[in-house]
Amino acid sequence: MKFTSVFDIIGPVMIGPSSSHTAGAARIGRVARDLFGRQPKQVKIHLYGSFAETYRGHGTDVAIIGGLLNYDTYDERIKTAFEDAAAAEMEFEFIPEEAHKEHPNTARIVMSDDDGEMSVEGISIGGGKIEVSEVNGFKLRLTGGMPAILVVHNDRTGCIANVANCLAMHNVNIGHMEVSRIERGHTALMVIEVDQNIEDRVLDQISYIPHITKVSKINN
Amino acid sequence: MDVLFQNVRELVALAEKENKHISELMIEQEIMISGRSREAIMEQMDRNLTVMEEAIERGLKGVQSVTGLTGGDAVLIQNYIASGNSLSGELLLDAVSKAVATNEVNAAMGTICATPTAGSAGVVPGTLFAVKNKLNPTREQMIRYLFTSGAFGFVVANNASISGAAGGCQAEVGSAAAMAAAAIVEMAGGTPQQCAEGFAITLKNMLGLVCDPVAGLVEVPCVKRNAMGAANALVAADMALAGVTSRIPCDEVIGAMYRIGQSMSPNLKETARGGLAATPTGKAISKAIFDNGGLQSIKSLQ
Repeated sequence: MKFTSVFDIIGPVMIGPSSSHTAGAARIGRVARDLFGRQPKQVKIHLYGSFAETYRGHGTDVAIIGGLLNYDTYDERIKTAFEDAAAAEMEFEFIPEEAHKEHPNTARIVMSDDDGEMSVEGISIGGGKIEVSEVNGFKLRLTGGMPAILVVHNDRTGCIANVANCLAMHNVNIGHMEVSRIERGHTALMVIEVDQNIEDRVLDQISYIPHITKVSKINN
Repeated sequence: MDVLFQNVRELVALAEKENKHISELMIEQEIMISGRSREAIMEQMDRNLTVMEEAIERGLKGVQSVTGLTGGDAVLIQNYIASGNSLSGELLLDAVSKAVATNEVNAAMGTICATPTAGSAGVVPGTLFAVKNKLNPTREQMIRYLFTSGAFGFVVANNASISGAAGGCQAEVGSAAAMAAAAIVEMAGGTPQQCAEGFAITLKNMLGLVCDPVAGLVEVPCVKRNAMGAANALVAADMALAGVTSRIPCDEVIGAMYRIGQSMSPNLKETARGGLAATPTGKAISKAIFDNGGLQSIKSLQ
């Protein structure tokens, strides 16, 4: 069931003009920033389908940049996001793509700074609701409706158990968990939806576990 | 995930069995799924209602979009109502003007509440604040109007679509109008089954509506589609309250809407490549607005 709350239908409160192309776009930008863990210095935004065709008219561009600046869907500053990004020294570029994606409203955001790079693909499924469909090349499905932790790790025995143990020690209950890997023995990803927002110290502890290369979170 | 209802048939059956309003079932399901208190949920919807009221007030004072394509029509309609010469009736036109007001504010990048989307945000509040003058509801009844709309929207969103890019305008303004019809019926004292009839009658008359925004902007024809969505909702609600029923059950109408959306050409699903967007005037407007790489006002052309 994609829509779980009445406020997915009656809501969000937002700056116009489009729930999928403005509010959803702002949320994709914001979730990408959350996953990156900080405000990136350079951003490339690839737009697909209807996003690519109509992004200027819908304010999709200012909304994604607003999201990357941590603005919510109802934040009036979305309108001045380009100027705000310049003031915050965040460079950005929009690239409308011809390629066909499964969902018509898809954006792939590639963020970087001196400390790293991350790619997040999000889809806007209607009414301001979004899903994260890919992180760093890993296919996944994350609704953003629940807090979640993403753990990139080397594909080694015991990694998953160690992370689950660490969460258990902090009384964090796992609601849903997916694991995937690109190739056996190489890089793998855990997507863990949890019942409560996660404190940074829990993330820090997970990052100290052997073979863990990156930990990020989405709070709700 | 456990829910109280997955389709309209279950929703109506449960309302009849427990002798409850549809709005009440939506509130109970929200409590169950979110784990939040009834008070917190009612408060959040109250805030959404306030946003809707403020958007209407702002639109009725007159707004203009950045491009100048839309704005000011809500004022024209209100002035016309005041002249006393209206043909289709004051309540109907009041709903139309308030739906237009909301969408004009939306097009001007003002603050609105998506119901179920921003492009279709005018219909539910527009009808609510027009019907309000006739039925004199309490604040709680007005909040419940939004939960009734939400219950039907919830079913559509999970069984079909509320996205113009995925299902065309029938999924946006079509859904919004049908949601509003159901909520009007409940506020006017109709039964849960009559709510479903009002919903079905409305959506049947929105089937096939394409999403063809000129220049890809949520302006032309979106604002006027909200006007007609509001009118459609009110007439269908009256028909349902009169005892008229839909020969095709509500859930099957929703299923038809989904399949029509699936078979609709991508040109007609929010890509601005077909329909009104592809008319000579539609293309000329698009060119004038985007010719210099950014968003320009077309006022100089008018």
